Amino acid sequence: MGKIKSILLNELEMSKMLTRISHEIIESHSEISSIAIIGIRTRGEIFAKKIVDNIEKISGDRVHYGILDVTFYRDDFSQNLGSPKVGPSDISFDINSKNIVLIDDVLYTGRTIRAAMDELFSFGRASSIKLGVLIDRGHRELPIKADFVGKNFPTSNNEHVHVLVNEVDGKDEVRLVQY
Amino acid sequence: MSKGLEKNKGFILLKGGRFYEPFLSIDAQNDILIKDGIIIKIDKNIKEEKKYKIIECKNNIITNGFLDLHVHFREPGFEFKETIETGSLSAFYGGFTRVCTMPNTEPVIDSPELIKFIIEQSKDTPVYIHPIGAITKGQKGLEISEIGEMVEAGAVAISDDGIPVKNSQVLRFALEYAKKFNIPVINHAEDNCLVNDGLMHEGEMSTKLGLPGNPDIAESAMVYRDLSISEYVGGRLHVPHVSSFKSLEVIKMFRKKGVNVTAEVTPHHLSLTDNILKYYDTNAKVAPPIRSSKDKKALIDAVKSGLIDCIATDHAPHAVEDKDRDFKHASCGMIGLESAFGIVNKTLAAEKVDIADIINLFTVNPSRVINIVPNLIKEGNIAELNIIDPSCKWTFDEKSIKSKSNNSALLGQEMLGRVLFSMNKGYILDCKV
Amino acid sequence: MKRIETKHLLGLENVSSKDIETIIDVGFTFREVLERPIKKVPVLNGKNIVNLFFENSTRTKISFELAEKRLSADVTNFSASSSSVEKGESLRDTIQNIHVMKMDCVVMRHPIPGSCLQLSNYVDVPIVNAGDGTHEHPTQALLDMMSIKEKFGKIKGLNIGIVGDILHSRVALSNIFGLIKLGANVKLCAPPHLLQRNIEQHGVSVTYDVDELIDWADAVNVLRIQRERMGVGLIPSIREYRKFFGITSERLNRHKKEIVIMHPGPINRGVEIDSDVADGDQAIILDQVLNGVAVRMSVLYLLLGSKDFE
Repeated sequence: MGKIKSILLNELEMSKMLTRISHEIIESHSEISSIAIIGIRTRGEIFAKKIVDNIEKISGDRVHYGILDVTFYRDDFSQNLGSPKVGPSDISFDINSKNIVLIDDVLYTGRTIRAAMDELFSFGRASSIKLGVLIDRGHRELPIKADFVGKNFPTSNNEHVHVLVNEVDGKDEVRLVQY
Repeated sequence: MSKGLEKNKGFILLKGGRFYEPFLSIDAQNDILIKDGIIIKIDKNIKEEKKYKIIECKNNIITNGFLDLHVHFREPGFEFKETIETGSLSAFYGGFTRVCTMPNTEPVIDSPELIKFIIEQSKDTPVYIHPIGAITKGQKGLEISEIGEMVEAGAVAISDDGIPVKNSQVLRFALEYAKKFNIPVINHAEDNCLVNDGLMHEGEMSTKLGLPGNPDIAESAMVYRDLSISEYVGGRLHVPHVSSFKSLEVIKMFRKKGVNVTAEVTPHHLSLTDNILKYYDTNAKVAPPIRSSKDKKALIDAVKSGLIDCIATDHAPHAVEDKDRDFKHASCGMIGLESAFGIVNKTLAAEKVDIADIINLFTVNPSRVINIVPNLIKEGNIAELNIIDPSCKWTFDEKSIKSKSNNSALLGQEMLGRVLFSMNKGYILDCKV
Repeated sequence: MKRIETKHLLGLENVSSKDIETIIDVGFTFREVLERPIKKVPVLNGKNIVNLFFENSTRTKISFELAEKRLSADVTNFSASSSSVEKGESLRDTIQNIHVMKMDCVVMRHPIPGSCLQLSNYVDVPIVNAGDGTHEHPTQALLDMMSIKEKFGKIKGLNIGIVGDILHSRVALSNIFGLIKLGANVKLCAPPHLLQRNIEQHGVSVTYDVDELIDWADAVNVLRIQRERMGVGLIPSIREYRKFFGITSERLNRHKKEIVIMHPGPINRGVEIDSDVADGDQAIILDQVLNGVAVRMSVLYLLLGSKDFE
């Protein structure tokens, strides 16, 4: 466990960002009914759910919701092979011809998103895939870009962005932690 | 219908007899009134009436019908020696109302269909038959037979009698499997290799007669094997026709350890020694052989102490042509149903055994081995009983034999004690006829 | 960090209850993968797994192969004829060839108990026991337990019965080890001569009466009567076995409560189980088959990842 350097976002800021991202998602798609919001475990799926709720409040439509667990698709085999901390994905709708918006909490190297896209292809052929994240902390190692961003926070490699959510951690907060 | 065998119709009053019913622990002076084969009254002094047929029972004992755990009725396959009908009659004459038939017929009784056949055939006879099923299919000693199905069809035990189960593992399986069906396993204990073509007991007599000997260890070694296995798997073994004092020592040792074992002895092993073979009488050729006086004494002591549970005749009829041959080729076996009580009572009375204990050997004791209880002598039940004169002296001869065969080494012998009347299944038999 | 403690899956006797629970839980995750349109994940991409089957098996072999391929592993099948086993052909020779060819994992079925353990002396890679004679068949027990958990939501405290030729059954022994570890109550039912003498030392109870078993159990695992594994005539006849031990619908209807029926397959219809029971609502046999692939995926995934990495 490292030392908390600073609080990047508090509860109110996080909530406003999610509202804005929800509006942006609606704005960027001509057909709301074709939208599917898929959250990446862990914590991405909680934000995804909030976004789905927000979209419903705004437009009256309830868009599709799904969860992806990318453990099996990660490329860091040696470190993560055999991890028991894996859960099932849950995509109970047909992704063919849908406009997917992947939601994750933090965008970093981009490898998680690459794994998520690979996994999505085992479910079918989406019309389009966009990415929404709460925090983009830089240091991309693959050509991945977020379409909807809460906030950009440049960080160094020995720092870590900890995202806490009320449902899991008891509070909503984003912290910068030093190792 | 055979001479003396009648339907039990009308009133019969058994007067002045000693009423001994060991199943109900009753031993008292009582009169018994029977109507159409059903007991209607048992009381101290029943008033005589004109319509009653009176049987005077003074100095006689009225007791249960006998149970023989070990008979060969030769049907199906060898009906020229005996049939279920003739065997049953022979049994009834001896005071036996229930018998267990051994399965070494042709075909061997190794399926529920054949068990049912035997029981069906006995329906019209005066005797109840409780068949014994084969341990292995065809008595081949290889595969265990449908024991569960046979028990459900009415089998009370399993045995490959006549043939020992040579393969010890097969005996083990049988003892284990039989546990589920709560029946005893009866193994004919004779190690054929040690028997070594022996024709009589190996001893002084066999040397004198020049006949190859069948040593006592052929039996006792296998009894030891059988009981070791039974002890190991917690099974229930019944030792048939014990002939040697060595086997008795083995049985005593295992019983002391708590092993569930019962044993029977035949009337001929109890009353004869190998002296009977002095003139090469093939009627005395039996398996296991009749042994020495030491063995006879040990068997009598075992009966007295309870080490041997009961008498079983091993009634083994053979036709004249089977016995009327040289000693080597004569068949093994002796009939025994009609003479059983007379010779056993004579032998044991001489040893001061009480008549009640003698009767137990034919009634309660064998009943416990197979858990079959007869119709008890009480009001409302079918009359299944004997009237016995324990002091009657009589000679056992051809006229006394009702079996189809008359291969007995006891012919011409003086008997003490006789079953005068037998009643069962609505029949009454005057055994003296 | 080790994900599960055990390096091999040689049996359940020496695997911790924690590892067993992990394998089952991850198995449910792989169940989800098996529901997808593309039932494949790239986790074992580039890994080589050899299926060493010294004994005939169709179903277990297919199940393992499916599991391996769905994990994107490369699969090599080796089937020794039974005659080479009878000749006592050296296990070591076969294995050392494989070892030199750098396999990542061995899944082995062999007719002699202990062969998998012996194999682990010659090779360094994880070994999965697909059945070693009359000893253990751990993946079968794992899929059985996974199916029980799927149906009841738990294993602890349940009454699980096993009926059949227990003496010769590796499925029974593995199930006994696994279920007792996870806190289930286990009762066995068999003809008396088809039970090990001291089986009760493992914490199970025993009855010769299958109706008593059905009355007591929440679920009953019905074992196949293995004719090929027995000596001559251990079971007198099919009708005798069926009458006293068979799971027929008449027998089940005699009991008030409905129990869950399981069977490792293949089924001898009309012998240990009747068709209408096997195909009926109380049976979860097909779920067991599906869980078999999932739990084998889980085992391979967890074992191949259990190397220490700093």
